[in-house]
Amino acid sequence: MGFVIPRAAFNQIIETLARRYRLYAPVRKKGAGRFLDTDVIMYDEVTTADEIVFDAKSDYAFKEALTPLSEVLFYFTEATTQEASFDNRPLLIFARSCDMHALKRLDQIFLENGPEDVFYQRRRELVNFVLMGCANSFDNCFCVSMGTNIAPDDYLFSVDLTAEGVACNVQDEAVAALFKAYGEETADVVPAHVTENKVKVNLPEQVPFSVRTDPLWDEYTVRCINCGRCNFVCPTCSCWSMQDIIYTDNGNVGERRRVGASCMVDGFTDVAGGGSYRKKNGERMRYKVLHKIYDHRQRFGINMCVGCGRCDDVCPEYISYSNIINKVYDASKEGE
Amino acid sequence: MSNAYIPFPSTILDVIKHTAQEYTFRMSYTGDVLPGQFFEVSIPKYGEAPISVSGIGDGYIDLTIRKVGRVTNEVFEHYVGQKMLIRGPYGNGFDTGLYLGEETVVVAGGTGVSPVRGVIDALSKGESRDNKYVIVGFKSPDDMLFKDDIKQWDDTLNLTLTVDRATEGYEGNVGLVTQYIQDLPLSDPKTAKAVVVGPPAMMHFTIIELKKKGFVDENITVSYERKMCCGLGKCGHCRIGDQYICLDGPVFQYDKAKELLD
Ligand SMILES: Cc1cc2nc3c(=O)[nH]c(=O)nc-3n(C[C@H](O)[C@H](O)[C@H](O)COP(=O)(O)OP(=O)(O)OC[C@H]3O[C@@H](n4cnc5c(N)ncnc54)[C@H](O)[C@@H]3O)c2cc1C
Ligand code: SF4
Ligand code: SF4
Ligand code: FES
Repeated sequence: MGFVIPRAAFNQIIETLARRYRLYAPVRKKGAGRFLDTDVIMYDEVTTADEIVFDAKSDYAFKEALTPLSEVLFYFTEATTQEASFDNRPLLIFARSCDMHALKRLDQIFLENGPEDVFYQRRRELVNFVLMGCANSFDNCFCVSMGTNIAPDDYLFSVDLTAEGVACNVQDEAVAALFKAYGEETADVVPAHVTENKVKVNLPEQVPFSVRTDPLWDEYTVRCINCGRCNFVCPTCSCWSMQDIIYTDNGNVGERRRVGASCMVDGFTDVAGGGSYRKKNGERMRYKVLHKIYDHRQRFGINMCVGCGRCDDVCPEYISYSNIINKVYDASKEGE
Repeated sequence: MSNAYIPFPSTILDVIKHTAQEYTFRMSYTGDVLPGQFFEVSIPKYGEAPISVSGIGDGYIDLTIRKVGRVTNEVFEHYVGQKMLIRGPYGNGFDTGLYLGEETVVVAGGTGVSPVRGVIDALSKGESRDNKYVIVGFKSPDDMLFKDDIKQWDDTLNLTLTVDRATEGYEGNVGLVTQYIQDLPLSDPKTAKAVVVGPPAMMHFTIIELKKKGFVDENITVSYERKMCCGLGKCGHCRIGDQYICLDGPVFQYDKAKELLD
């Protein structure tokens, strides 16, 4: 159902929805950016539409709603283990097409790779989406190349801020009832989506083994500083480490957590006795990039990367990941 | 929905001390399990450690654990009659049936003997034992594990026991496991099977020797250890390429394993 409604009406709908759902949307954090006096756009809970940033790409993705950076799994006392509770109110996440596609990748890891992950599943069940349309491509986006520029269908409604008003394709009955209180249904509204990005990548169908040992990776041993930011901003990076904590004020009590992990950062492969793999940053780059555009696909049928370009946006060394994909493509052709 | 992260209590039935840092904990367990699979030993407030099944019996599994850090130190504070939390079994494990009727060489080094102990045991109880060769290596005589088993394997199979360096009073073989491979009196290395488990460098050089001897990749089986935080295909630490060591391994045929670049 299509609606084009005034912004004021839209704001009221959002406030009503905030009473039914926890609204999770990109917001602007002033002065929290990488450089002095820059802002960062990241996800947080909101209660009003004015808090939501519609006109820029968020620096971080929504994944923390499902896979918090640090999540308590259990509390331990001397004799008992208590599964941690969590906020079980339904969630409404404002996300763009690429990020909605990312959900499928997270599902594949947490629900299809081995047994179901209960901690993920219990949050996953609460998730609903509002699709934020993309009238224009942002810097570094290459969703068209990745086939993620058109959103999956499972959103409650879409939002596009247009000159005529807020244009929404409402797919959920209950939400449609809210909209009807503010305006007449119009002709179909199609969520805006981009059909071309400035950045384009070529994806190799097959990556021959020789590409894994190709000298192309050496450059990144020198350039990459293994800070791991590219993993933390990525909507599809999902690795974590288990961490047990003993409370210092009471040594008999503690908790088991999982915390976000990065395959670029030291320690990811460390085993007892000082052993580790992929000591060079170039090897880590190869590991990450081939996972995103090949290894995940070999296992699950779709590329892990959704082309959001955030890793390019964030890299302090100005390493272009999309550029690497194109190099892998060229090296793969040569290796055929 | 059952929660795969919740460990279950298992009673320590016995503790067998091999060396000062390596004990076998016999843990109560009933259920399906294969040699080469592993359990997460889960000590609340300390963490979890993946440990291979080193023995399987009626109502128990053996876990042979080397004391090396936070979790394993704490394991050594547990005694017979106490309980520990474990979860598993995980991974694919060995298919011992593959080897019983075939000319087979097992090469194992150090704690790598644990995951293949069940395989060697099956061979030592099998029908045709003349064409079964076992090469087991330890750093020094003081590092030897499973001494009782080794005595028994020596009686039933063609066993070569070796140490990297001797200590006073030791009279056996000295040298790396790799140097015994060329002399194996195999009837047909091209069809013979091999199982190789141990530290990465030992596996690397053993495979080179086996191939020199005439073994083909498809007939070589290896078992890998990588950093693991879950055993369930979720944490991502153990992944190499499109394979998750905890789900698809830790046991791999070498023709597949050689395509896995860390
Ligand atoms: C499939 C598999 C089978 C194993 N079988 C055995 C066995 O039969 N006997 C045995 O003694 N050891 C075995 N190990 C190694 C054992 O898991 C590590 O020695 C143990 O995790 C060390 O934990 P720690 O807390 O005592 O040491 P620390 O050095 O304090 O470890 C810190 C953290 O590093 C991680 N870690 C360290 N080493 C390893 C490792 N090798 N593998 C995975 N994670 C690691 C753990 O997450 C641990 O919490 C096996 C490992 C794997 C992957
Ligand atoms: S690629 Fe860039 S963002 Fe990623 S770890 Fe290297 S330096 Fe950091
Ligand atoms: S790899 Fe980079 S472009 Fe691809 S989904 Fe992750 S952050 Fe976005
Ligand atoms: S151990 Fe976590 S994915 Fe394999």
